[in-house]
Amino acid sequence: MGTSTERGSRSRQREAPYSDEYRDWLRMMLLIRRFEERAGEAYAVGQIGGFCHLYIGQEAVAVGTLSALREDDWVVSAYREHGQALARGMSSRSVMAELYGKATGCSGGKGGSMHLFDTSVRFMGGHGIVGGQIPLGAGFAFSARYRKTDEVSISYFGEAAANIGSFHEALNMAALWKLPALFVIENNGYGMGTAVGRASAITDLAERAASYGMPGVTVDGQDVVAVREATDEAVARARAGEGPTLMDIITYRYVGHSMSDAPHGTYRSKEEVDERRGRDPITVLADRMRELGLLDDDGMAELEADVAAEVADAVQFAEDSPEPDAEQLWTDVYAPVKEND
Amino acid sequence: MATLTYRDALNAALREEMERDDTVFLMGEEVAEYNGAYKVSKGLLDEFGPMRVVDTPIAELGFAGIGVGAAMTGLRPVIEMMTWNFALLAIDQIVNAAAKIRYMSGGQIACPIVFRGPGGAALQLGAQHSQAFESWYAHIPGLKVVMPATPADAKGLLKSAIRDEDPVIFIEGEMLYNLKGEVPDEEYVTPIGEADVKRAGTDATIICHSKTVAPALNAAKALEDDGIDCEVIDLRTIRPLDTAAILASVAKTNRIVVAEEGWEFAGVGAQVADLVQREAFDDLDHPVLRVHQADVPMPYNKHLEKAAKADANKIAAAVRTVCYRD
Repeated sequence: MGTSTERGSRSRQREAPYSDEYRDWLRMMLLIRRFEERAGEAYAVGQIGGFCHLYIGQEAVAVGTLSALREDDWVVSAYREHGQALARGMSSRSVMAELYGKATGCSGGKGGSMHLFDTSVRFMGGHGIVGGQIPLGAGFAFSARYRKTDEVSISYFGEAAANIGSFHEALNMAALWKLPALFVIENNGYGMGTAVGRASAITDLAERAASYGMPGVTVDGQDVVAVREATDEAVARARAGEGPTLMDIITYRYVGHSMSDAPHGTYRSKEEVDERRGRDPITVLADRMRELGLLDDDGMAELEADVAAEVADAVQFAEDSPEPDAEQLWTDVYAPVKEND
Repeated sequence: MATLTYRDALNAALREEMERDDTVFLMGEEVAEYNGAYKVSKGLLDEFGPMRVVDTPIAELGFAGIGVGAAMTGLRPVIEMMTWNFALLAIDQIVNAAAKIRYMSGGQIACPIVFRGPGGAALQLGAQHSQAFESWYAHIPGLKVVMPATPADAKGLLKSAIRDEDPVIFIEGEMLYNLKGEVPDEEYVTPIGEADVKRAGTDATIICHSKTVAPALNAAKALEDDGIDCEVIDLRTIRPLDTAAILASVAKTNRIVVAEEGWEFAGVGAQVADLVQREAFDDLDHPVLRVHQADVPMPYNKHLEKAAKADANKIAAAVRTVCYRD
């Protein structure tokens, strides 16, 4: 035990780890926010079609978790995955172009908002069936172990997916076989319009880990530093061969489930949304950086201008890009026939 | 040529491919310590160890998805379904993931996986254990559907399926596992997508696959007494369908009967009939006839079950009809 002054100093140091990464995190969270706002506008005027699920409010989850991973780790997500795609290092051009359905999109225009893929960063998709990607994530971890590597996998899903069979089956096998997997509940409180307490018999979802003998941690998803710290622990366990971790990361989406519902009015109140917006992940990190002398108004304005330019460039790129060729309809159903066949 | 059972031919295919390629592994319920519910994987645990011969919990959806994930990283999983009835629990991973990953990713990701196990009815197993689902899977672009009827085809086609770059639905016959047949001693593979003329003939064509091949051949034998010379074509692969083989035979015989284990509605025979009426309408001397399971869940009672199933008598009767001999 030291003096209170020493404890204060140590505590300040404990809060400061990763501080050399803060600026990158802040920029990425801002990029996701502005990208998603622009995607919403493009959807409203019909430039983006189909279903589109925005990530606004949840940025710290993607940025905090993915900053902890290596290039050779595996990432898989559900259909609200634009944020993770960007945070994993996919270019904003290739993601926006995919939302526009263009040939230059990350999936060649065949995937769309819900099916972003980029094998160069081992981003193994956006998947559209709730919970379906969770066994895939366990499969990447199985493969990592099978190939005798120390790669890990991370699987993202909403809290509503914790009620589906694929969640339970995948977690059981991952724990049984001590697979190097992170299972991340992006707990934004609502599966479409159903509050977690109306769908799950227990609402502390980290407790579900106990059923499978794996650690379950509850994490403040509006604090990117807390997300990163918790992810580091889970990654270290996985790489050390100690098995999977369930992370219940508590966050909030400011917008509707998809573009078809209002942010509030039916299943949640304006007051609730306003209150939760009061603790914004971008503001939380920016305030911390200001306290540490790492950010001032000019610095923030610079970042805002930087991401605004990147988003504008992505939109321009998407608008200027060609549609897929008509013959693309027929390719990629099966492997190309080899010439000597 | 050695004489092997269908079961041992499958076992040999698995062993040879696992020896040849260390990315190939087998996963499923009771495949390892129990040596397989139908003993197809007998001895493989001892030879290849628990990392490559993996017992799973009873969780078809989960281990199918783990297999798809592993395949997306470049491994070659063989996922055993104890029977295809249980694979209904895994169909989300088969249809929504395996079949679509290549397309949805714009060609970035392959899914070289085999789902295999016995399909169709055995004897008196009742409604939930007696179902032929090949037409379900054949409906899905992105999947291949393979159904061998003989030990030699079982071995050669399973080896092709494991080497294939796309997901393959490999449906075996529970009643075929003890079937014996000659299997070449040397290394060989049987190409996916090629039908096999199991018997050449001139008067009528019987299209069949898997467990309807033997009754089709029996029917052809019986019809010799009526002076009807049947050609029997074993599809071997349902998707991609060997349309050239079907059309060539129809051009020769001008009469066609399609026999399958499954139900009538949207069945394999419906697809064949559609092909023939579009591509060979003028070759036909009689409408295409189909033999299939009665349009009911399979009953337990053995007399009712027999009445429900396609068999040699029903096939022979249909052939007589298309030959205007009934």
